[in-house]
Amino acid sequence: MDIKNKISNIVPNAEFKEQGDLIAVVPADSLHKVAEALRYDKEDAMDYLREIVGMDWGETLGALYYLESTTSHNRIVLRTETSDRENPMLPSVSDLWKTAIIKEREAFDFFGIKFIGNPDMRRLFLREDWVGFPMRKDYDLKSNELNMSNEVNADTTEEYSLNPDGTLSCKHNVVFNPEDFVVNIGPQHPSTHGALRLRTALDGETVKKVDPVCGYIHRGIEKMNESLTYPQTLALTDRLDYLSAHQSRHALCMCIEKAAGIEISERAQYIRTIMDELQRIDSHLLFYSCLVLDMGGFTPFFYGFREREMVLDIFEETTGGRLIQNYNMIGGVQADLHPDFQKKVKEFIKHMRGIIHEYHEIFTGNVIATTRLKGVGVLSREDAISYATTGGTGRASGWSNDVRKHHPYAMYDKVDFKEIVYTEGDSFARYMVRMDEIMESMHIIEQLIDNIPEGEYRVKTKPIIRIPEGNYSASVESSRGEFGVFLESHGDKSPYRLHYRSTGLPLVHALDSVCRGEKLADLIAIGASMDFVIPDIDR
Amino acid sequence: MGMREPKIRSMKYEEFKNNDYLEEMVKELNANGTNVVVTTADQLIDWGRSNSIWSFLLGTSCCAIEFMTLGAARYDMARFGFEVTRNSPRQADVMLVLGTITNKMAPLMKRLYDQIAEPKYVVAVGGCTISGGPFRKSYHVVNGIDKIIPVDVYIPGCPPRPEAFYYGLMQLQRKIKLENFFGGVNRKQPKPVEE
Ligand code: SF4
Repeated sequence: MDIKNKISNIVPNAEFKEQGDLIAVVPADSLHKVAEALRYDKEDAMDYLREIVGMDWGETLGALYYLESTTSHNRIVLRTETSDRENPMLPSVSDLWKTAIIKEREAFDFFGIKFIGNPDMRRLFLREDWVGFPMRKDYDLKSNELNMSNEVNADTTEEYSLNPDGTLSCKHNVVFNPEDFVVNIGPQHPSTHGALRLRTALDGETVKKVDPVCGYIHRGIEKMNESLTYPQTLALTDRLDYLSAHQSRHALCMCIEKAAGIEISERAQYIRTIMDELQRIDSHLLFYSCLVLDMGGFTPFFYGFREREMVLDIFEETTGGRLIQNYNMIGGVQADLHPDFQKKVKEFIKHMRGIIHEYHEIFTGNVIATTRLKGVGVLSREDAISYATTGGTGRASGWSNDVRKHHPYAMYDKVDFKEIVYTEGDSFARYMVRMDEIMESMHIIEQLIDNIPEGEYRVKTKPIIRIPEGNYSASVESSRGEFGVFLESHGDKSPYRLHYRSTGLPLVHALDSVCRGEKLADLIAIGASMDFVIPDIDR
Repeated sequence: MGMREPKIRSMKYEEFKNNDYLEEMVKELNANGTNVVVTTADQLIDWGRSNSIWSFLLGTSCCAIEFMTLGAARYDMARFGFEVTRNSPRQADVMLVLGTITNKMAPLMKRLYDQIAEPKYVVAVGGCTISGGPFRKSYHVVNGIDKIIPVDVYIPGCPPRPEAFYYGLMQLQRKIKLENFFGGVNRKQPKPVEE
């Protein structure tokens, strides 16, 4: 049955919008019913909640729910809203998808929407004593002065429920009991890979609970986007997940090009694909170095950086940047390839293929490595989907989620490559996925590097781009999962709302369930094997 | 009073761009009555201090990753004597602030700075720490860490190249070499008000 009919059967007054993405507008009181029916649909269960995007439409506040099926990979968006700006409430879907717990928390933090039934309605990124909701259109940007006092974190969370007479009641759920032994890890800690803070309750050496505290590197990128023109928004994507700089920017360019109807040349598609894969290799090499460093090995760190420098040199020659390249542009790429590009890339691949055995000899087979990684931190396939942990972490748990395969973009439907899937779901599988992906990425590049077609590397676009009204989205497989761009345009030269799907937020959210019962020392290795980048989580 | 030129092994004095700044600094110290005629013992200690700077990394984002390359073999910061990086402020001489400092992080940065023992230095790395960088207009980013803590050296870039890190850290070494270690001169003390 067609998805529109399915929804209309449940809610006869559902409306559909098809400007860009297909959106079903459902009233708030039937949202949960629709979501539940789609989630447990017999033929085509929408079991993967990609994102909840909070929205402020002026009159109303609301949210967009991006759903996908893990079997057919069909997608649908639900839209719901409430006109009560004083005390906005929406039903929670956190009982259907676990990832909704943290995504709804984000919407609460930014828009003040209370999700009825969500067990954890604390702020997510901003300080607990922050006043106001910054993503609302009427928020005064100057209203919160820099507060230099130390933040006090509550040990309880709020859960709201609706009384029969329409009033709200609030229940407090306990995060940590007074008798819990809580160790604070971060935000200044070398192994949290950035400014992440984990409040960890311990029983002896065993982890009882992990409560991630985010927001130490929340830069307010999404709010800034609303006052930038489309070409200006590009620069900020590179700084989200700096190890997926190309890919994130690729996603945003793709989204804008799709919405504005800009056709890019084949040469640019080739260049983008090759750059994306080089970036993936770069990122996975850094992943290897950091994982090993976190586990106390120093020599392999030098191995990883030795080859990574070769990739950075290739980037630098063509783009001018090492870590952050600012290379993709709306309509193509910034500059043509350096004359030595093909030669250098081929040299690199030859070198890498010849030397990868060193990586495995020193670490993969090492007895310390295997005992500390194998069977540790297991994430089941079911949980991986429910927590929406995309990328290597999901694939290590047996969830085939590669955007390049299921929703091909650029050149990915023309090249032959394997999607690396393991089934163990432990730290070792997560490690192996990345190591194998390095080989697969090289395989992809080899198929493209000699056939880059002649032509323009960039089509001319107007400096001011206006995008027709509608909702558009694009997603790419970044180095650590599905990076999505969700854009709502009201026809202006800057976006009405431009939201990014963080690849790391679901990973951090899943840490609690993955680490429970493991040793504290393994928490570090598990975190490293999940491979998150904090600025991308906090945005 | 003339200034003793601080010597750095890998670069000549004239090749540094902002020597006037050092000269100004000495002049200012002299004007405040600080004795900058450095004794031999001072010289020896400063030589030691400037060549074994232990840094405390406050790495929050992109710039920190670029700093990691300095630790690896190609750029190898051990050649300059600042390869010992600490993760505890109590064991460090200089705090390197690598990456955006947000409103939520600012009190923590201040606290970490306060935990470093004197004499201490701060290096602001990257556009973000200097002025807020690309996120200057954001509601949650501190527009320059020098609003909160004193900064000794600024290394601009987004992120700075590894060579720029070196240049900046050598500037810090030169600054240390000019300091008078004995005599209780604390450069952070406000100058006494003269009646
Ligand atoms: S200056 Fe640039 S590279 Fe450095 S932290 Fe800021 S955005 Fe990242």
